[in-house]
Amino acid sequence: MMRFLLLFSRQGKLRLQKWFTPIPEREKKKIIREMTTMVLARQPRSCNFLHWKDLKIIYKRYASLYFCLAIENHENELLALEVIHRYVELLDKYFGNVCELDIIFNFEKAYFILDEFLLGGEIQETSKQIVNRCIESSDMLQERW
Amino acid sequence: MGPVHTVYGPALLCAGAGCSQQFGAQPQWIWFLSSSYVGAHSTTLMPTVSKGDGMRGLAVFISDIRNCKSKEAEIKRINKELANIRSKFKGDKALDGYSKKKYVCKLLFIFLLGHDIDFGHMEAVNLLSSNKYTEKQIGYLFISVLVNSNSDLIRLINNGIKNDLASRNPTFMNLALHCIANVGSREMAEAFAFEIPSILVAGDTMDSVKQSAALCLLRLNRTSPDLVPMGEWTARVVHLLNDQHLGVVTAATSLITTLAQKSPDDFKTSISLAVARLSRIVTSASIDLQDYTYYFVAAPWLSVKLLRLLQCYPPPEDAALRSRLTECLETILNKAQEPPKSKKVQHSNAKNAVLFEAISLIIHHDSEPTLLVRACNQLGQFLQHRETNLRYLALESMCTLASSEFSHEAVKTHIDTVINALKTERDVSVRQRAVDLLYAMCDRSNAKQIVAEMLSYLETADYSIREEIVLKVAILAEKYAVDYTWYVDTILNLIRVAGDYVSEEVWYRVIQIVINRDDVQGYAAKTVFEALQAPACHENLVKVGGYILGEFGNLIAGDSRSSPLVQFSLLHSKFHLCSVPTRALLLSAYIKFINLFPEVKATIQDVLRSDSQLRNADVELQQRAVEYLKLSCIASTDILATVLEEMPPFPERESSILAKLKRKKGPGKLPDIDENRRNVNGSSEHSENTDTTNKVSYVLNLNSSPSTGPSLLVDVFSDSSTSASVDVSEDNFSRFVCKNNGVIYENQLLQIGLKSEYRQNLGRIYVFYGNKTSTQFLSFSSFVTSSDILKTHILHCLIASYPIIEGGAQVQQILNIECVSDFTDAPVLNIQFRYGGTLQNIAVKLPVMLNKFFQPTEMTSQDFFQRWKQLGAPQQEVQKIFKAQHPMDTDVTKAKILGFGVALLDGVDPNPANFVGAGVIHTKSTQVGCLLRLEPNAQAQMYRLTLRTSRESVSQRLCELLGEQF
Repeated sequence: MMRFLLLFSRQGKLRLQKWFTPIPEREKKKIIREMTTMVLARQPRSCNFLHWKDLKIIYKRYASLYFCLAIENHENELLALEVIHRYVELLDKYFGNVCELDIIFNFEKAYFILDEFLLGGEIQETSKQIVNRCIESSDMLQERW
Repeated sequence: MGPVHTVYGPALLCAGAGCSQQFGAQPQWIWFLSSSYVGAHSTTLMPTVSKGDGMRGLAVFISDIRNCKSKEAEIKRINKELANIRSKFKGDKALDGYSKKKYVCKLLFIFLLGHDIDFGHMEAVNLLSSNKYTEKQIGYLFISVLVNSNSDLIRLINNGIKNDLASRNPTFMNLALHCIANVGSREMAEAFAFEIPSILVAGDTMDSVKQSAALCLLRLNRTSPDLVPMGEWTARVVHLLNDQHLGVVTAATSLITTLAQKSPDDFKTSISLAVARLSRIVTSASIDLQDYTYYFVAAPWLSVKLLRLLQCYPPPEDAALRSRLTECLETILNKAQEPPKSKKVQHSNAKNAVLFEAISLIIHHDSEPTLLVRACNQLGQFLQHRETNLRYLALESMCTLASSEFSHEAVKTHIDTVINALKTERDVSVRQRAVDLLYAMCDRSNAKQIVAEMLSYLETADYSIREEIVLKVAILAEKYAVDYTWYVDTILNLIRVAGDYVSEEVWYRVIQIVINRDDVQGYAAKTVFEALQAPACHENLVKVGGYILGEFGNLIAGDSRSSPLVQFSLLHSKFHLCSVPTRALLLSAYIKFINLFPEVKATIQDVLRSDSQLRNADVELQQRAVEYLKLSCIASTDILATVLEEMPPFPERESSILAKLKRKKGPGKLPDIDENRRNVNGSSEHSENTDTTNKVSYVLNLNSSPSTGPSLLVDVFSDSSTSASVDVSEDNFSRFVCKNNGVIYENQLLQIGLKSEYRQNLGRIYVFYGNKTSTQFLSFSSFVTSSDILKTHILHCLIASYPIIEGGAQVQQILNIECVSDFTDAPVLNIQFRYGGTLQNIAVKLPVMLNKFFQPTEMTSQDFFQRWKQLGAPQQEVQKIFKAQHPMDTDVTKAKILGFGVALLDGVDPNPANFVGAGVIHTKSTQVGCLLRLEPNAQAQMYRLTLRTSRESVSQRLCELLGEQF
């Protein structure tokens, strides 16, 4: 299963945090610090995988944002990279040319989209169309009421 | 309706490949990049319209925060906002839904910035009962992120969830299910674990709700498995593998995999369904699966999930099913050879993700040599791929392949590529994998090459991985040493190249090995002597040199170039540069020299007598100087020779370096079994009288009140019926009959290691608990129980308890044991802790056996047979004839008998192939003499074991224990 997903900027500013297991707040802050320093220190064109404690850290940079996903040891690294990519695509489809500011100003939407895509640390729906239809229709619901 | 995004930031996705790497070139983005603090120095542009429902106030607030130029300004702005929200919430005027939503959302934003939030929970809960979707949604989001175990609130939240689950409105149901899956608390499991299975398998449930329900159930099963009832639904869940909707199948496969890991037998039917489904996917044309095709790869997520599910089981027994699965795996391997359908990295990632998972399954089955070799060849291609990720993964997968007997040789053929990777890879994590693989593929045939390559890599290796490489080299050198001169050279080279990273375990080990093997002692003495000639040598070399010359300097003293005086001067020239522990070791080497070489006695006495020694500010050094000087002055040559005799061989044990490596690779995975060599004086010298007395008093202290570790004495005699339902693990019990240290229990979360010491009727067990996860164990407690009968035979008490064990941490407990009279049963160690909300119960049978209280007894042949006859009564003898379960190796058998605790008597039995031993069992009340005889019959692969003691129960028990070891 996936353990957590963090989005942070090149300056180390956290933009989104999703924890799939209960972790005390203090511990979360420690992990966030460790992840940002570890990932930001990586040289360009290094591989996208790191070992950290008993987890694997998969990270990828999209423009100004780093996406950092922690998975359990037996999970598939390459597919985790594509989990990240699919999430970026979903954000992009929804916002249209998504950029970091979209995620800052519409953080709640970023969480909603993530909840439709991943749940309980597992993939829920991999179809881009279905997830987007889901999100769009909830926007419609709001406009009707 | 969409804002013009390009003016305020770079798009995350660009049309051109690799565009994200070029980010930063466009001038209009520079303000954004250069801001060191959120959005400092320039006013942040705000999206004019936000997507979906606009919350203008929220956007203004976020924008304000981003414009704050300092942390102080940000805190000020936040406090202002908090005051505003608090007054709105407290105000007389009832807030409308929109305002409530907006303020709750602002609080959430503040919390996510890292600030504490202590109000607003109630308003968020209120939003759950709104019939407006987005208000409900924000309410749920707030709760998912900020859940706390306020019991009143939980009841209200559960109420909201209950209503939404009952609403039959799929979007509301989904929100409620997401919330349960996100929070996953025990209270929620208690409230909903019964309801969710029926939602999942009901015929009229919408697909999207089924998906949420499956993963929700999975989450609850992980956090509170005891609350999720198995039942009729489980069979129906398996059939979801046939569902038309691939999203449902994907979610269901995750659920089934987790359930199957826990109870494989209940989900066996999933094997054939999974194979069928997989087969349909891998043979489908890429367009068949519509939106589930990802960059021309058919349903990669589902394929990987199915392959993972199959890894819960051995290869299918049914031949047709098995060949169908083999076909699937072959198809996947074949596809890897086809030209790519797209140049996009997403295409190759998805395709290779499936391929790697298929290879994992092939390795897991470890039964089809052709598939294994094909997998190995495929990975071999990846070793030279231009994608760093693939090279990394290929190195990693090959490590597991190297341990299969079918593919070990095939892996070895790639040795040159891997060595090349070690030299040329730019990324340290890839090089690390190359080191791992070299270590895994090493055997007797290539050990010298691999060790040489690792040594030369060590000279330039990254500091972060040096210590690990040192350990690996030390282990390989020891394991595959054919001649030990190579081993000694290798370790000395290690100290030369990376002395700072050579831990105590490594240099202790080389000394142990040199002491135990007399064929290498002369060579070792010569080599360290030469190495010490270097003007600057590492302190670790001085330690090894001091110890070895102190023991074996006489072997090279015949050569005038290394005469006693030269040896001494050489060592002493390093003395002043060394730390206190090393100096202490050197002083011991000097006193050993006095015994070995009477001709340098006067010189050494002068050194010991000097003020810098006799009045040294360090107590340990001063004491050694005083005592050694006195000893050399008053003791006769004979006494000196006895006191300073050559070290006896060390008992063979698991390499402590190996233990260290395991510990390094996974924090807390193995106990420190080497602690007893680091005695109170902090030196490695364990021959000295002072140390021995210290140790004795240590052991005699056993049953006095605990002086070490946190207090809190756990009363072990309390009635602890709580553990009654837990299965007691005995898996490793019998392995501890002939040894005292090792891992007694291990599961995915926890590893328990033991290190035991026994003297006469007293014992002390160090219990090491290693948390293998990255998460805390909460309310950790442990206690020891024994049956009522056992209680009267042994006494034990456990010291120290730990409320929390941090992720990756290891803690130690001490258990003191006293044997009152002979016994057969063994006490049980009970452990309880919370991990991720679930209470874990573990019970392990502790290897406290009667034979641990043995003291070996040496005796002559005549004595032996005299006593053997005295114990001739039929009830005193117990005999067992049994088939050998292990190869009949004389050395191993000897080691086991010694480990059992008796003295091995040579030349007693007229038949040299037989083993004869004698010892005394010490209990508080009495001592029981014991004789044993083991007669191997190599032809029949049988043994006959005979035990004679004065007590029937003792003979019986010892025979049972030892009879299972060969």
